[in-house]
Amino acid sequence: MAAHERTQFTLDRITGAALPVLAVAGALVVGALLLLMLGVNPFTAYAALFNGALGNVSGITQTLTKATPLLLVGLGICIAFRGGVINIGGEGQIILGAVSASAFAIGFSHWPGWLLLPLTMLAGTLAGLVWGGIPGWLKARMGVNEILSTVMMNQIALQVMNFLLRGPMLDPAQIAAGTNIPQSAALPEAVWLTRLVPRTLFHSGAILAVILAVAVYFLLWRTTIGYRIRAVGLNAAASRYAGIPVSRYVVLSMALSGAFCGLAGAVEVMGVHHRMIEGMSGGYGFSGIVAALFGKLHPLGAIPASAIFGSLLVGADKMQRSVQVPSSLVVALQGLIVLFVVASDLYVRRRSRRRMEERE
Amino acid sequence: MRGIVKRFPGVLACDAVDFDIRRGEVHALLGENGAGKSTLMKILYGLYSHEEGTILLNGEPVSIRTPTDAIELGIGMIHQHFMLVDTLTVTENVALGLPSSRGPLLDLDRVAARIRELSETYRLDVNPDALVWTLAVGERQRVEIIKALYRGAALLILDEPTAVLTPQEVDDLFHILRRMTQDGHSLIFISHKLHEVLNISDRITVLREGKLMGTVPAQGMSRADLARMMVGRDVLLERNRSPVAQGSARLVLENVSALGVTGHESLRGVSLQIHAGEILGVAGVSGNGQRELAEVIAGLRAVTSGWVEMDGLDVTGQAAGERTQTGFAYIPEERMHDGVVREFSVSENLILQDHTRPPYSKGIFLDFAHIAQHSQELVRNFRVKTPGIETPTKSLSGGNIQKLILARELARLPKVLVAAQPTRGVDIGAMEYIHQRLLDQRETGTATLLISEDLDEVLALSDRIAVMYEGRVMDIVKREETSAEELGLLMAGVYPER
Repeated sequence: MAAHERTQFTLDRITGAALPVLAVAGALVVGALLLLMLGVNPFTAYAALFNGALGNVSGITQTLTKATPLLLVGLGICIAFRGGVINIGGEGQIILGAVSASAFAIGFSHWPGWLLLPLTMLAGTLAGLVWGGIPGWLKARMGVNEILSTVMMNQIALQVMNFLLRGPMLDPAQIAAGTNIPQSAALPEAVWLTRLVPRTLFHSGAILAVILAVAVYFLLWRTTIGYRIRAVGLNAAASRYAGIPVSRYVVLSMALSGAFCGLAGAVEVMGVHHRMIEGMSGGYGFSGIVAALFGKLHPLGAIPASAIFGSLLVGADKMQRSVQVPSSLVVALQGLIVLFVVASDLYVRRRSRRRMEERE
Repeated sequence: MRGIVKRFPGVLACDAVDFDIRRGEVHALLGENGAGKSTLMKILYGLYSHEEGTILLNGEPVSIRTPTDAIELGIGMIHQHFMLVDTLTVTENVALGLPSSRGPLLDLDRVAARIRELSETYRLDVNPDALVWTLAVGERQRVEIIKALYRGAALLILDEPTAVLTPQEVDDLFHILRRMTQDGHSLIFISHKLHEVLNISDRITVLREGKLMGTVPAQGMSRADLARMMVGRDVLLERNRSPVAQGSARLVLENVSALGVTGHESLRGVSLQIHAGEILGVAGVSGNGQRELAEVIAGLRAVTSGWVEMDGLDVTGQAAGERTQTGFAYIPEERMHDGVVREFSVSENLILQDHTRPPYSKGIFLDFAHIAQHSQELVRNFRVKTPGIETPTKSLSGGNIQKLILARELARLPKVLVAAQPTRGVDIGAMEYIHQRLLDQRETGTATLLISEDLDEVLALSDRIAVMYEGRVMDIVKREETSAEELGLLMAGVYPER
């Protein structure tokens, strides 16, 4: 390869790294237009958003607290995408992970904390693993489109939760008081995750998530398992010839992806709510996909990406309060960012393909 | 065309190229892949713009920005991949995109009449009412020629027109081309097949790496002369095949049938044996079961009947991975699709089958030191041109990707090798090298199945040649006892009279 091609190669890498930043900038510009249409000065609005998310300790801790489940889900999404499958079932996997973890912790609350805490996490992880593994298996065995099956399984998970929180898992205190708010009893304190900053919700799950991000990086790029996941995801035909059991790795990618979402659910109840409540999944199952895409589907890229999305979520609330903008604008903003990231990615890919074709 | 310059990012595709064509001549444009011949012609046909230089037609400078401009100036192009709508008739295809002589109403009967006329003049033998999908490849090509003639092409560019034809069809095409030149048409013939170029052309222009190497009269040139111009050094056209003592049967197929991609039976009772130290060539027009044959042997396609034996072991039920572990190697036809993971680095692709085995991994952890060492060694031994072993495979040239696959497969010291179209789209240098490697393998006792659409390649390398037609092996003949003519008839499904 000649020198100029090598320069081209490095150049591509630089633009590749700069693209997400440009995508955010582009989304903010379009978002500013939306704000103008709402009759709001975009600068004041963005200032409120920024200050709300990062302006003080409270904002920063809230941002990081929201970033934690985003990162865990994002890691799961990375694995699925790398394995060539798409997991839209994060919501359901989070819910079932949280339900299982809560049920386990409440059911075995007399167990010693050093044992109960990891097992509670494990219970959530396994629930997600199964819930993600099922669509993986359906795809591998019967060619069922995993996008459809995971979306449908979100609904099933939601109804399972509704049933449990209104029946078997309903907090006895709620029954006694006759209020019947659908939530579980409080989890035993032994499984509460340490609060890292006093009087905030910021908990040690964030540290776990970052450690796992590094672990996922190692899994994907340093082990034979990750090598196979990536090979299958990129080229199933070549993998099959090379002797890699393709369908087994499809199931594995989905199951691992679900496991991370299930863990996100467990960590969320253990670190933030300390009980199973309705709506605890908070759309993380979907926002996590955005965060993973924004991090270029790289587990380490997911760390800053989830922090940025966490800050967007927190800042949006503040922006809504201080300048009276509907916080759904932030959902639009998120969508714009995804649009810009994906579009820029497509652009780069098509450009390089065109270059190759022209060169023949 | 004078002083044509075209740059692509990082590449000078045409470097001040001059090219001219006279009325009534066949002018061949010769060069390796990436030499710039297609680029030059796409400029002439208005598909690419050029940065410098001028195009003169009958002495007048012309500007050709789009294919429409080119067609108006009487320039036609026949692409390697035909541009026909399968579900329409020949007439409809020809009329497509042209204004009707009856305004908004169709004038298909007039078009059909004109097609018959053209078909008669040049003996193209095309039925205007036939649906395109029912036509054979050679016929479709003639439809393309009619399309261009109908649009009034006086200058016709033919991009590798013989690549998909049997030898007989090539002869037919050449007859047609000669009639067209007698009629005053000018033809530009793009090819890299030297004997065809010598056979049909009046003059030959050779390009190398975007530069004009020269324009010479075909008369008095030899294949070796042309090859030297193309590559810039002497090229060995004949392969040195030393006699090798053949051993026991390494690969045995017994009455094997299999379904094709479309679900139809594409392999019908194929039986063959390949011995240690033997290359069995498979000739045939593409789509006659060669691909399915390779995939059945590789373990990628299930058989519906019959069995496959390797080295005395029945492997019919074995998956691809198991076969490679017992000494099977495969160079797939679609190298980008089946042979490598494009996005993977060179070294990642080199361990595609062996990544779970020591020394490339310990437990579940990949051992990058050993992988790098192994990759460096293979890259060096097989002369894979790459900036490094961490380079993404997709940025390598076709020839180098093929060498990479060759390196990976041959490093296993296979007992049985299936090489499907091993040199398709690679440059002459890589082709020479790959041929030599295949012959070296033969000497070490590998049993090789060589599938190729390039009859010259099959003839140059094989000990015996099997001809496939409609999923069957028509015949297996010894190389010394056959000829291109006999093979051509077999490829067309006809048993020659002996």
